[in-house]
Amino acid sequence: MSASTGDARIDVMKTYKLYIGGKFPRTESGRYYVVNDADGKAMANASLASRKDFREAVRAARGAQAGWAGASAYLRGQILYRCAEMLAGRAAQFESELVAMGADATSASKEVADAVDLLVYYAGWCDKVTQVFSSVNPVSSSHFNFSLPEPTGVVGAIAPAEQPLLGLVAQVSPALSGGNACVALAAEERPLCAISFAEVVHSSDVPAGVLNVLTGSPAELAEHFGSHMDVNAVVYAGADPELAKAIAAAAAGNVKRVVLRSSQDDEPSPYHILDTQEIKTTWHPIER
Amino acid sequence: MTETSNPENSRAIDFATDWQYAPAPESTAHIRLEDRYGLFINGEFVPAADGGTFATANPANGEHLADVAMAGAADVDRAVQAARAAYENVWSKLPAAERGKYIFRIARMIAERAREFAVIESMDGGKPIRESRDVDIPLASAHFFYYAGWADKLDYAFPGRRPAPMGVAGQIIPWNFPLLMAAWKIAPALAAGNTVVLKPAETTPLTALKLAELIRDAGLPEGVVNIVTGDGTTGQAIVDHPGIDKIAFTGSTAVGKHIQQSLAGTDRHYTLELGGKAANIVFEDAPVDQAVEGIVNGIFFNQGHVCCAGSRLLVSEAIAPLVLDKLKERMETLIVGDPLDKNTDIGAINSRAQLDKIEHYIRLGQEEGATVYQPGTAVPDSGYFCRPTLFTDVTQSHRVVQDEIFGPVLAVQTFRTVDEAVSKANNSRYGLSGGVWTDKGSRIFRVTGALRAGVVWANTFNKFDPTSPFGGYKESGVGREGGLHGLSAYLHLAGGDAS
Repeated sequence: MSASTGDARIDVMKTYKLYIGGKFPRTESGRYYVVNDADGKAMANASLASRKDFREAVRAARGAQAGWAGASAYLRGQILYRCAEMLAGRAAQFESELVAMGADATSASKEVADAVDLLVYYAGWCDKVTQVFSSVNPVSSSHFNFSLPEPTGVVGAIAPAEQPLLGLVAQVSPALSGGNACVALAAEERPLCAISFAEVVHSSDVPAGVLNVLTGSPAELAEHFGSHMDVNAVVYAGADPELAKAIAAAAAGNVKRVVLRSSQDDEPSPYHILDTQEIKTTWHPIER
Repeated sequence: MTETSNPENSRAIDFATDWQYAPAPESTAHIRLEDRYGLFINGEFVPAADGGTFATANPANGEHLADVAMAGAADVDRAVQAARAAYENVWSKLPAAERGKYIFRIARMIAERAREFAVIESMDGGKPIRESRDVDIPLASAHFFYYAGWADKLDYAFPGRRPAPMGVAGQIIPWNFPLLMAAWKIAPALAAGNTVVLKPAETTPLTALKLAELIRDAGLPEGVVNIVTGDGTTGQAIVDHPGIDKIAFTGSTAVGKHIQQSLAGTDRHYTLELGGKAANIVFEDAPVDQAVEGIVNGIFFNQGHVCCAGSRLLVSEAIAPLVLDKLKERMETLIVGDPLDKNTDIGAINSRAQLDKIEHYIRLGQEEGATVYQPGTAVPDSGYFCRPTLFTDVTQSHRVVQDEIFGPVLAVQTFRTVDEAVSKANNSRYGLSGGVWTDKGSRIFRVTGALRAGVVWANTFNKFDPTSPFGGYKESGVGREGGLHGLSAYLHLAGGDAS
């Protein structure tokens, strides 16, 4: 751990913990892993989240999901927009974290700006996705019939290794925009800004449990993301085809929706919101 | 009838003595069935490579109807190659409007041959002729007609995207709505520009084979639609075939999970339309007589062989005795028997295996302590039949409440509050459909909104339409069929500027 030298004052270092149910607990397992800076020097101890942490996060997400989905689209949009404001206001912190984890200053600055813009983009979709992707269906019988998208429920999202802030935001914001609750696993090697992003979320009126962030090993946790019986969808944005296959196979246990995103899929799009939506169709007779 | 469900009710008609229906059998004289059917591959009927066949019979009387080729992996491969060649050489090169005209032609020809399809459907599968005549076949034709019109309008369906076909679709369908499920699969696939290999269910291959004849007569280019008959091994060969770009399956959740697992690690797409255990919720202000009809239609339609059947009744405690009295009274009047008789309400159970499963659950429900009720309805001595059945005194943990039985068996529970009703309704691994009966509009929207199910009927049940998307939440499946939303199951939706 680095400390300032030639200066009497000692840096206050940050403890990076998990984010579950609106709180920042350490992993129940007591395990940690060392996060190195670009020069290979230890810069932080990250929590090595366990399967049990994941379960706790899913429980928190399930508890929060109906309330989040039930909030008005306008409110959800305002809250996600607030996340963008909070992130923008702390841009310098995120840039320095990204640089400390190996990014150059230019790409770090762009990554933070892109993450802010992405949040603004998906904030704006909250009250439009229903309009654009719903339909009134002209059935032949005397019924009024309409179809609209609804959140699938609890979404597990595994962030890609590259662009540890933007990659995480790109996986969770479409799901959150659509009214899902999320359990996200940060980029393993560079997890710090994911936890800092949890602080952004925490200070933006996102209800506790709507977003939960874990740090740890995809190799250890991915299969649990796939197999947990109270998770409705799993988004994998990593690059390991074996892990993707293991997730998809485990997902069959409760017919999870499996979303495999490659880095080519990172164009912002409402279709990323639809990845974790269900179409509900409602019928009612019309008197004649 | 030795007892009526409600002897106190002086207005009750004793149908067994006061009211006799004369037999009204639909004629079978006009239908044309071959003794033996091959596989429909590349526009012609061919025997299986190993010469294998299996018999298909009428579940109402055991009568042998035809021998049908049993496709193995080699036959599936042949069908996939034919579909691929047709996709590459013909179908993908055809102007979309012309593609659509072929599909319109199929729709019209089904309507022209509707009565023959209806009779064969009832003979091969056991469903009442009234349903095959009024529901299955007209809806199958309508489904082709609806999707035909989409073929040259796909650019309008998905804003900001440029849709493109996936290629070859492998489609596996169940035995409960044989021709209708074939239409649900084939019509959108063709409209989106794909070619198909379809496998009908083992016990109900005939209307799909008649559809193959029709498609040949319609002049559809060879290989665009291929129909391979067989059993689960044939289906597995389709799922495992690397030349197929997309699998569409309708059937049990267990098989659906197996397919999802089989496809893990491949880049083949899939949609799954699986089981259900729908709750039909009746509130105290519901129009009771209409609700009772809705309950009956919900669970006894097609012998309860319906994935979206309203197999759980949740009735407000305040009106439960009234609803149950009326329901039992109504059940007394249901005619169980010859599927070809136009008066029949409940036809034959589709197979021995399915009847065994239903009877197993009827025993199990009693063993678990539930109270069983069946009307005194006469049932034919031979063939596979099951009386309409309901269970009361059940709790959420009873197997007859949790498991999909796929038969005419209804589990009845009560509730006191809206929240209790919703919570019980959603307490299921399934989420295909649901029903709500109330006169209060604001409550309809509250409850239909809260149900975690893909199709929700308010003050109606078991209604279907080609324009109306259908499909499940949770373990009831992935994706939608029908309507605009059903198109996306057969399209790549590339981004605006992407290659």
